[in-house]
Amino acid sequence: MTATGSIGRRLTLLLAGVAALLSVLSWSMVTGLAWQAAERTQDNVLAASATSIAETLRSEQGEVRLELPYSAFSMLGAISEERVFYNVMAGSALLTGYEDLPVSTLAPPAPGRVSFSTSEYRGSQIRMASVTRLVLVGTGPVPVTVTVAQTRGGVATIAGDLSQLAAILSVAFFVVAVALSAFAARASLRPLNEIAQAVSRRGPSDLRPLRRAAPAELAPLMTSLNRLMDRLGQSIRRSEDFIAEAAHRVRTPLATVRAQAEIVLRSVRDEDEKQRLRRIIRAVDESSRSAGQLLDHATVAYRAEHLVREPVDLADLAARTAASLGPTAAMKDILIQMDTEPVPVVGDPVLLNNALRNVLDNAVKYSPAETTIALRVRADHGEARATVADEGPGLGDGPAEALTERFRRGSNTEGVVGSGLGLTIAEDVLLAHGGRLELETDHHGRGACVSLVLPSA
Amino acid sequence: MRYLLVEDNRELAEAVVNRLELDGHAVDHAASLAEAEDCLAVASYDLILLDVMLPDGDGRTFLTQNRAHLETPVIVLTARSQVSDRVGALDQGADDYITKPFDFSELEARCRAVLRRRGGAARNEIALGQAVFDPLAGTLSHRSETITLRNREIRLMEVFTRHPGQILSKSQLMDRLFSYDAEVTENAIEVYVGRLRRHIDGKGVRIETVRGLGYRMETDDA
Amino acid sequence: MRLACLAIGLSLLATLAMALEVEDHRLYPGTGDRMLRIVSTADLEVFEPYLRAFQAERPAISIDYTVVSSAELHRAIRNGAEFDLAVSSAMDLQFQLANDGFGQSYRSDSTESLPEWARWRDLIFAFTAEPAVVVLSAERLAGLPVPATRQELITLLRQHPERFQGAVGTYDVRDSGLGYLFATQEARSTDAYWRLSEVMGRLNPQLYCCSGQMIDDVSEGRLALAYNVLGSYAAERLVRDSDGQLQILRMQDFANVILRTALIPTTAREIESAGEMIDMLATLGLRDAPGSWTLPPLRQTGDGEGSGFGPIRLGPALMVYLDPLNRRAFLDEWENALEQR
Ligand SMILES: Nc1ncnc2c1ncn2[C@@H]1O[C@H](COP(=O)(O)OP(=O)(O)OP(=O)(O)O)[C@@H](O)[C@H]1O
Ligand SMILES: [Mg+2]
Repeated sequence: MTATGSIGRRLTLLLAGVAALLSVLSWSMVTGLAWQAAERTQDNVLAASATSIAETLRSEQGEVRLELPYSAFSMLGAISEERVFYNVMAGSALLTGYEDLPVSTLAPPAPGRVSFSTSEYRGSQIRMASVTRLVLVGTGPVPVTVTVAQTRGGVATIAGDLSQLAAILSVAFFVVAVALSAFAARASLRPLNEIAQAVSRRGPSDLRPLRRAAPAELAPLMTSLNRLMDRLGQSIRRSEDFIAEAAHRVRTPLATVRAQAEIVLRSVRDEDEKQRLRRIIRAVDESSRSAGQLLDHATVAYRAEHLVREPVDLADLAARTAASLGPTAAMKDILIQMDTEPVPVVGDPVLLNNALRNVLDNAVKYSPAETTIALRVRADHGEARATVADEGPGLGDGPAEALTERFRRGSNTEGVVGSGLGLTIAEDVLLAHGGRLELETDHHGRGACVSLVLPSA
Repeated sequence: MRYLLVEDNRELAEAVVNRLELDGHAVDHAASLAEAEDCLAVASYDLILLDVMLPDGDGRTFLTQNRAHLETPVIVLTARSQVSDRVGALDQGADDYITKPFDFSELEARCRAVLRRRGGAARNEIALGQAVFDPLAGTLSHRSETITLRNREIRLMEVFTRHPGQILSKSQLMDRLFSYDAEVTENAIEVYVGRLRRHIDGKGVRIETVRGLGYRMETDDA
Repeated sequence: MRLACLAIGLSLLATLAMALEVEDHRLYPGTGDRMLRIVSTADLEVFEPYLRAFQAERPAISIDYTVVSSAELHRAIRNGAEFDLAVSSAMDLQFQLANDGFGQSYRSDSTESLPEWARWRDLIFAFTAEPAVVVLSAERLAGLPVPATRQELITLLRQHPERFQGAVGTYDVRDSGLGYLFATQEARSTDAYWRLSEVMGRLNPQLYCCSGQMIDDVSEGRLALAYNVLGSYAAERLVRDSDGQLQILRMQDFANVILRTALIPTTAREIESAGEMIDMLATLGLRDAPGSWTLPPLRQTGDGEGSGFGPIRLGPALMVYLDPLNRRAFLDEWENALEQR
């Protein structure tokens, strides 16, 4: 399966992207508005100042006269600490003020109208407001332009402050929005996760249709999922049926052959014939054992991949396994001595049972009659341990670990039916559970000692 | 003991019936679930041997359906050895299962184990002289004293008690005592007979050696 | 002749541009070779304690202290004279220097702690608030009621012209920057100013350039009354020395309060020391009690509670009367009122 990125992450990113866009947008809008507002305030004051100066313009004895009203400048000082410049020009002659103020002489504003411009003066940006009035001097009207200017540091400061505030708010908004997006994404994906969990919580063989309330968007998914499970269930059932049928068809005649051979064996006196019959029975046993173990091995491999995890009491499991092998042991007058204490582990009871069964089966199989097999279950250093110790011949001289290889049988197996898969299966099961199989031959006495070690729950 | 064998394969059924009868059990054979129902309706059994694959249905469904009112213990005969199947059979109410093909000794052992576990509603104790032999429990009681016999001793005892006064050859006894391919000699029989003799000594029952032929069990009162 | 006149004019102009009309000058040598050059309108005797206090803390720094008139100071800085600190009581001129870009901005914890009205754009910093007062000669006014408002003063002058003829002193606003500031601000704030000026004009008033001379003349009995005098401090000391000969009066209807300010000119080189000096002055300006310092702090809690007039505001409006057109108009009117000979 290839994951093409998480929907949740994509959704979060998308929402966060939208939030980022909105943040930037709102920030730039607020900044723009702040500039405008600050500029407009300044423009208004400048215009009022220039106008109030222009209103004092008059002609006296053939000269243009004016007075700078106190208020014209005090109002400029009232709202900000900007530097103030001004000049008054009659035509192109300076009446008063800063001579070098860069007043645009190109298009003097229409009389009575205030015009604004931005320029550079004495190292600072300035905003200028100009008003022109016609003053009648001597022969004709002279256009007199009053210009009042202010540096723009304050505008920039105010706008900057507002912009910074807006930026902080935008970032805060963004952070909140991202958190909310993550939350929203998670919330909207929750049904999906719940379905996924419901599916994965199930045992590997549970293929019942999912019956849970799901949002409309997920209904098609649910339907196809259920249909898939149904089909899967059907095909599994069909193949199970097939296997069962096939096994039945093969094994029943084998059972017949074996049963009849056994009956004949008892009535025949001739030792050669007896030997031949024994070989027949043996062959039947070998083949059926192999088929069974192979199938078990395959099943274990399958179930280990989809491991069921449920609480299991190892002592209880041991008791049941021992009980099911009891009759076989009894046939050889072998006593299975139980020495257990409750040890909880987590895992697939069917697999664990099979693992222990294979180990116990070996002990019974390879031990001589009238011996004792000790089955101990203990919790030990954070591990659960089921140990099967017998009084048989032991595991031989070779490396014990090799016995867990597939189809590997020991040298001591003459006359004992087996496929060489028992310990392989047991080890696979334990590895799947995060445990291990320990094999040793008891050095003091005789016999093999096989331990199933699991992490305790 | 009365057994019901539900098995559609006639040859296998016949072989099993033969063998079980050899052990002194009465066995009814049903070839289908329908027949099994009929048998169960008219007779009561100590044990049912149930094949899972039958022409008219699955033995396991039969089991789940009848488990509620059926007191009789059931051993399932299954062709499948799959891990899940074994547990499944037990979950569905079988007392035990045995995989086909099976060893008669194992079948016998399992039957005995199930019968013993389910408790002897039908306790068939056998009086031997002044002693009482309980083949299910595997005990031999004499006055207030009870000894528990080992498995092979029990089976040997069973054979003798089923054929009182008859001469049983060593090979006959071996067949009953050991699995078909056990590496045993006739000496082993002598060992077990010796043990039995020690157990029954002074209890009004004897095992006599018939030279060249075998052994015979005699009770004092006979 | 013409050429000679021109030459004289030119050389005069040159000396005016180059040289300063220095009233007083003193060097306070320090142990190191750093030199803080201060140009100020405050007399040496007034400002010396401050310089000594500064040097006590930083003995390495030499101080070069130059006393000039406020107009001279303004002109010098505009013309690029090299000073590290300019201290003046002429707020309007100081303000214009700052507005026109002749100051450097300076910022420190001390300047930040100054109230808003005591600084402008981190360019000029006020460290004293000094009221304009009337100084009276007790002897010359014997038997007359002490006026509390301008109206009472007008009435007093009108009713006793013989006593005040030639014995009223005030600034010549044409010469004194401070006098001009006082006059314009007062004219703006109370209409009694012009009436008072006219009344004074009829009494042949004596016009002065500086407050020191005015106070001297009152104390020596040449003047009965000096109107609009700055330096309440110096005056108070004199009053104390004069055994009740001098009396100081704050008009109840309105009184100008000016801020003495400091500014670091763009030509400054010893900016760090200048900043430290400003810090010291600002800290002193914020002290609660007048103490033994020669200049009052920014907030006088002890006196003047009756006259709840704040100091003249530091702002562009100060430049209104500096406008040549306005100045001419004002001076015309002033001359009309005061010179009625
Ligand atoms: N308890 C034991 N005592 C002696 N030998 C043993 C014991 N258990 C295992 N072995 C040896 O290890 C070998 C591998 O065991 P394993 O169970 O894998 O195979 P198997 O018993 O031969 O066949 P099966 O798959 O039928 O169990 C055996 O053939 C035997 O030689
Ligand atoms: Mg094995």
